[in-house]
Amino acid sequence: MKPTTLAVWLIGAALLLALLGLQVGSDGFEMLNCKGLVNCAFLGLQSADAAMLQVMLDIRLPRGLGAWGAGALLGLSGALAQGLFRNPLADPFLLGSASGATLGVVILLAALGISPMALSALQSIGLTGAAFAGALAAVSLTLILAQGVGSPLRLLLAGVVVGVVLGALSSLLLTLAPEVMLAVQGFMLGSTSFLGWSAVAVLIAVLLICLPIALLASRALDALQLGDAAAQSLGLQLPAIRLVLIAVISLATGAAVAQTGLIAFVGLASPHLVRGLCRPQHRALILLSALCGGVLLQASDLLARGLAAPRELPVGVLTAVLGGAYLLWLMRSSAKSEATSHKEML
Amino acid sequence: MKNIALRAVNMSATLSKRLILSDLNVDFTAGRWISIVGPNGAGKSTLLKALAGLIPFEGEVSLFEKNLSSLPPRERAQQLAWLAQDETGALDMRVQDVVMLGRLPMQGLLGGITAQDSAACESAMRQTQTTEFANRLLGELSAGQQQRVRLARALATRVKVLLLDEPLANLDPPHQIDWLHAIRAQVKSGATVISVLHELPMALMADEMLIMQGGRIKYQGACSEAPTHRAVEDVFEQRVRVIRVEDHLAVIPRLTPVS
Repeated sequence: MKPTTLAVWLIGAALLLALLGLQVGSDGFEMLNCKGLVNCAFLGLQSADAAMLQVMLDIRLPRGLGAWGAGALLGLSGALAQGLFRNPLADPFLLGSASGATLGVVILLAALGISPMALSALQSIGLTGAAFAGALAAVSLTLILAQGVGSPLRLLLAGVVVGVVLGALSSLLLTLAPEVMLAVQGFMLGSTSFLGWSAVAVLIAVLLICLPIALLASRALDALQLGDAAAQSLGLQLPAIRLVLIAVISLATGAAVAQTGLIAFVGLASPHLVRGLCRPQHRALILLSALCGGVLLQASDLLARGLAAPRELPVGVLTAVLGGAYLLWLMRSSAKSEATSHKEML
Repeated sequence: MKNIALRAVNMSATLSKRLILSDLNVDFTAGRWISIVGPNGAGKSTLLKALAGLIPFEGEVSLFEKNLSSLPPRERAQQLAWLAQDETGALDMRVQDVVMLGRLPMQGLLGGITAQDSAACESAMRQTQTTEFANRLLGELSAGQQQRVRLARALATRVKVLLLDEPLANLDPPHQIDWLHAIRAQVKSGATVISVLHELPMALMADEMLIMQGGRIKYQGACSEAPTHRAVEDVFEQRVRVIRVEDHLAVIPRLTPVS
């Protein structure tokens, strides 16, 4: 498949899912009265549809858009991380941002039980602020431990260390304040339930900052696939490029995690799903991974709302199941095609 | 007066606290093909990396009389290309995209592909007979075919100085001869080629030879001259002999050790 064809399919899928998203509520799928809604929206007629219109505009539409935005940021970060570290298993959280964000949320929630001052902190920075600050602090700690961006291997190892240590700190705090366990678990499973227009604005703004920078660095990512020395011999200033890309990955994952909690697998799976359908260079891969991540999270959000309505499922679990199942299918089909081509060669 | 493409003055390089190159002074004349030979661990690849500005070193290297260390990386890459001996990356990239990466120093990160870039890549792929693989993934090719693609990437740069580290690795004899033609064409067009080679008969087809041992230069001279042949025999402990067969130089193993 050509990259442009895949892009058209992904944009089409996003629009279709956005429309479907308007029709899925706490009671599952609902057929909408389009004529009534148009009358309410444009003619100002008051009817039962007016309330439905309000629900669509204030809850369902921002939720769908927000899910797309968060998924796009994770897909973009995944493509950047896998290119930067030349590792197909790299995911956007590998520099410690996930455990940092979790620790930020745990600290704030645990502090609520201890100090009334924490309530004012919660009001001013909110859980999203705590998660974002935690994610950025963790990545900064990784950079310090790795002594800069000179060695990708040191960065990966430092990321693992930070992830483990901050994860252990979160667990320690949870044993001291078990009452916040449920809220933290909700954050760790990921949720798109509370995405409003302000979240959409943040996510789209961050995407508009990160995407152009990532696209500008795409040729450098192509060259990096040759190896560090070869890329350097082509005139690239690797430390500067690594620093910029890590800043983009951190900003994108920090923003997504802050708004939706830990959404598993989207960042890891999206670039693989794209590569399974076409073999683009990084410029197209980054763009398509963002589109794919958006669609994946949108679809998961819809299923989370509709599958067990009126009960909502954790969206992170669904992304893992959906993305994992598709990746497995891709692995099986690529193994089959390899076996066929091997037979042909014999 | 000779035009010097690359000059190293008092160059020393240390890797993992071990002195690999020790106080080298060497000139590489522009528009010539210079082969570097020597036993394993002589410092040949390290010298090439240092000349390419890829590892830190002491002393001074000048590229067409400009200090290499003070040249901006992109400006350096527009004049000098380096091909590694053990490159294994980019296996899931298409061949034509890998070759096009050679044009990156000319395009910059923001530039698009120009007609000149396409022409340079097509010509390099023709020279290395890789055009037929253009749309295949690099990882689908054999080791020798991959090596030809990497050489195409180096040729596509169309720079003035080519540093090639064991470029004949994995190439079969017919493709080694094609490589020879490609290098001679480069030199004829004014480029300077410096190649580390273990294939002594091919190395002796260069214009000049630099013989290294223990991080130092043992000898530098024209490949056609007898003292160069004696220096080759010396550095390989008299276990090879350079002989003339008609108009060609051949290297044969000396099976009985010389006392």
